[in-house]
Formats: sequence, structure tokens, C-alpha cells
Amino acid sequence: MAEPTKELSQVAPQIPQTQNPQNPKAGSPTVIVDGLHIIYKVYGSSGDSEKGNAASALMRILRRQGRPQMKEVHAVKGVSFVAHHGDAIGIIGRNGSGKSTLLRAIAGLLPPHKGAVYTNGQPSLLGVNAALMKELTGERNIILGCYAMGMTPGEVREKYDEIVDFSGIGDFVQFPMSTYSSGMGARLRFAISSAKTHDVLLIDEALATGDRDFKRKSQQRIKQMRDAAGTVFLVAHNLDVIEETCNRVIWLHKGKIRMEGDPQEVLEAYNKA
Amino acid sequence: MSQPESALAEAQGGGRAPESLAALAERHGLRRAIARPSMPAYLRQLWDRRHFILTYATSRNVSKYSESMLGQLWQVLTPLLNAAVYWLMFGVILGQSKQIDNYPAFLITGVMVFTFTQRTVISGAKSISSNLSLIRALHFPRAALPLAYTIQELQQLGYSMAVLVLLVLVTGEPVSWLWLLIPVVLLMQLVFNIGTGMFMARLGAFMRDMNQLLPFITRTWLYASGVFYAIDDRTKDLPDILRWVLEFNPAAAYIEFMRDLLIYQRFPERWAWVTCLFWAVFALIVGFWYFWRAEERYGRG
Repeated sequence: MAEPTKELSQVAPQIPQTQNPQNPKAGSPTVIVDGLHIIYKVYGSSGDSEKGNAASALMRILRRQGRPQMKEVHAVKGVSFVAHHGDAIGIIGRNGSGKSTLLRAIAGLLPPHKGAVYTNGQPSLLGVNAALMKELTGERNIILGCYAMGMTPGEVREKYDEIVDFSGIGDFVQFPMSTYSSGMGARLRFAISSAKTHDVLLIDEALATGDRDFKRKSQQRIKQMRDAAGTVFLVAHNLDVIEETCNRVIWLHKGKIRMEGDPQEVLEAYNKA
Repeated sequence: MSQPESALAEAQGGGRAPESLAALAERHGLRRAIARPSMPAYLRQLWDRRHFILTYATSRNVSKYSESMLGQLWQVLTPLLNAAVYWLMFGVILGQSKQIDNYPAFLITGVMVFTFTQRTVISGAKSISSNLSLIRALHFPRAALPLAYTIQELQQLGYSMAVLVLLVLVTGEPVSWLWLLIPVVLLMQLVFNIGTGMFMARLGAFMRDMNQLLPFITRTWLYASGVFYAIDDRTKDLPDILRWVLEFNPAAAYIEFMRDLLIYQRFPERWAWVTCLFWAVFALIVGFWYFWRAEERYGRG
């Protein structure tokens, strides 16, 4: 039974080495996920039996039952893998298979129930959108987003024009983000969050929107980061993006790894399933 | 990678080789992601995020009124209308004003000073629980959030203070050298609010019923803080201990201090200084420590 695991850690390092022979850092592990289990609690109305009125809430307290609307979700059930410098790893799976939860756990934003995530430096989720405010202009949001990612004022000034250029929103930068089309918003968000250099970048469905031109640009940027010996994780439902960007694919199914390896092989199996 | 799915899944799920992966991690110097930084490191991280805290506070203030037609004018209108409502209720209808000289100034000072603390408490309690998506997406010292909310209230207070000083002048009080001490009492109150906001942030993050309960608590606090009445006047027939308790209340202390400066033109007594300073230092230390203790648990579970 130890064999497959051994194979995992031996085969994987060779993948980036073939692609990135000039970079000496390539090949050493950046992220090790070891038997990871994630269980989180969900609040909110849930029960079919729960009527959700004041009387039933009172009865529940009197009967000393816990909060039924607090549900435990076992989202990731024992996942292990090793990621290396220069890897771009695609994570695929159906809705609710634990992809986003796995990313959050790698980013250190969810505590493992069992197992561990070992990382080199601080993996960051491409998730600056949470800090942005749609009532504000693109200009203010760029500054806010950059600070939220921990940049200094000097870095913000330096990157500002580059972000505007990359997003391609032009004069719209002076307008509130609420006036943007969904594609423009997505482009600006990607431009902001990829402005900072990350050792390990986790991308959750960021490339789904945007036109063809922008998709090409963002794929290029991901490639640049890989060449700089970074590691990129990419969650996407759009399998084309995964196939074009990634050198490894992990297929999650109900919180477990169903299959893992070469993109073409895994995607073929995934499409058949 | 073409072995049967079941065997692979079992090998990865069974945790049969944790030693080898953990050892591999150690060999390459990889570390576990989740840990709470030490207090000095935490303070340093917080200082590094000062630009984010300021920008976040300003942005929230700007976006708050962006939908309304009058826009930022509401920053001045809100305190003005508040003062007008309380003055109508307690000054004109309930007739408090006969016992207290210059009741409008007395009342409005109390309302403005209390509102600063009240709003910090309420928004502080929401600062973590309403920013979960931000907490789950980015790494930063979580204390940045309650701090930003307090700064946001401080920015609002700037407008309130301008309105307050103007109204006090309109009601006929002279300008005094003592007004130079206003920033000092505001600073003490700000420090108190920062600590209280952090304390409330942790409470609000884990006690989800807090936001429902808070309006009642702050209203009780408002009535107990001598905003509408003079504490020493009301308690003169009651035991001293009661007066002492009411005056030790931090909100009452900051209000009285401000009234001394703005209206009565007298240098605050020593006990007032001691009370105001004590609450500022006490709240900051306790609130910050209490918040930091749960740093790694915010936004989880």
C-alpha cells in the first residue's frame, strides 16, 4: 500500500524539471498536503423538520438540543499530494467536491481537522475581491486592494499603471465598480490580485469570465509566475483553461482524490465519468 | 498515475504514509500554515498594515453615503439631526432644560461624545462577523478590522465635533483656552474605544446573538451615562456609592470631561483625569489581549 504514495513523491518532481531546466529552484516541494481532513460548520436555516419560527426555537432550547441549523460538513476527506516549484496544478471536480475548501486550507485560512498542510512561505488566495467595494471607483479599489494584499505605498504607485493597463478598463477606472460589466469587474480583480508576486498562488474560478483576449493575457501571466519558480493552483470548471495552463491535474470527488496526474489523461477520464 | 482509482484513493486517504510526507516537509523546511504570532510580531504586522487600515476606513466612509443624493453632507447632517431630535424630546417636551443652564449645549455635548463610543461598540461587534469573506480570502492581522472600524468612527467624529463646537458657540458660550484640551480627551476616548471595539469584535465574532442584543445594552448605557441629566444633581438624595458608580462609568467620565472644557470653562478635577486615563489604558490592554488570543480562530468553523 505504500507503493502508490512513494510513486507520487517520486514521479511528481520530474514533471517541472523537464519544463524548467534552467531554474535551479524548480523541483523542490513548495506545498505538501498530508492526509488532510477539513470539517467546517455551517450556520443558517437547514432542517426540513425545523419550522424556523420563534416557538420551535424556544422548544429547541428547552429540550436542550444543540442548534440544528449548525451543520457539519466534511468537505475534504484525506487528501495528500506534493506540489513543487514551477508546478501549475489544476483542481477539477463537480460542485461541492471540496475544491475551494482545499484551496482555503492550503492558504492556511481553514484549520485542518486531521492531517496537515506544509508550505514554504505564505500561499495566497487570489481573492482580493472580498476587500473591494463596488460603490467606489476603480481607482480607489485598486489602491484599497493593493493595500489589502499588504503592499507599501511605493509599491502601489509603482504597480498602479500596470494594473490599469493589464485590466484594459481604460477610462472606466474613474467610475464606480458597480457600473462595470461582469467581465470588466473580473478583469480588474484579476489585474489587482496578480499584481503582487506570490510564491504560491491559489486561483479559484477567476478566469471563467472575461473575453478571449483577456483569457490569453491571464494565462500568460500565470505562465510567467510558473517560470519564476512559483506554484499555481487553479480551480476551474472550464476544462480548456486547465488543459492549456496546467501541467498536473487533481480530480476531487466527494472530498477525495479520484485521480491525479497528467492533464490529458485525467481530463479524459473526467469527461467520461 | 494509472493505477486503479480505488488503490490510489485508499493510499492517500488512509494516512498510511504521514511520516514520509512530514519528513519530506521537514527536509525542505516547509512549515504548517496556521499559527498565532507572538504579541510583538503581531503589533509589527499591524503596523505594517497601517495604510490598509486607513484606506479601508476612508473607503467605508466614502461608500457609505455614495448612494444618497446629499452624499457626504450626511456626515454633518446626521449628528445635527440627532442633536435636534434629543433636544426636542428632552429639552422641550420633557422640560429638563429648566434645571440645567444652557441645556442645548449640555445635551448635545453628551449625545456627540456618547455616540462616538456607542457607534464604535456596535460597529466593532460587527467588524469580524460581517467581513468573513475578507478574512477567509486574505492574510492580515485581524485586529486591522476593528481598528479600521474605530478609525472610521473617528473620521465621522471630526464632523460631529465641528458641529458641536459651532452649536456651543451659537448657544452663547465663550471660546476658552481650555478648548485646547479637547484633543486630549478625544485621544483618551479614542484609545478606550479601540480597546472596547476589539473586545466587542471577538464577542461579536463568536456570539452570533450579540448583534441582536447590543441595541438594548447600548441604550441602557446611554440612559445611565448622564447624557440627558446631570448625574450629581439626580443622585444628591441617594447614597454616595450610587453616584460614585454612575460617575465611574467611562462614557459618563468622558462626557463630563468634555462638558467641563466646552461649557463650564473649568479645568477637570483630578478624579476625572484618573477615571478617563484608567479606562483608556484598561480597555486597550484588555481588549487587545482578548482579541489577539483568538487571532487564528476568526473566520473559522
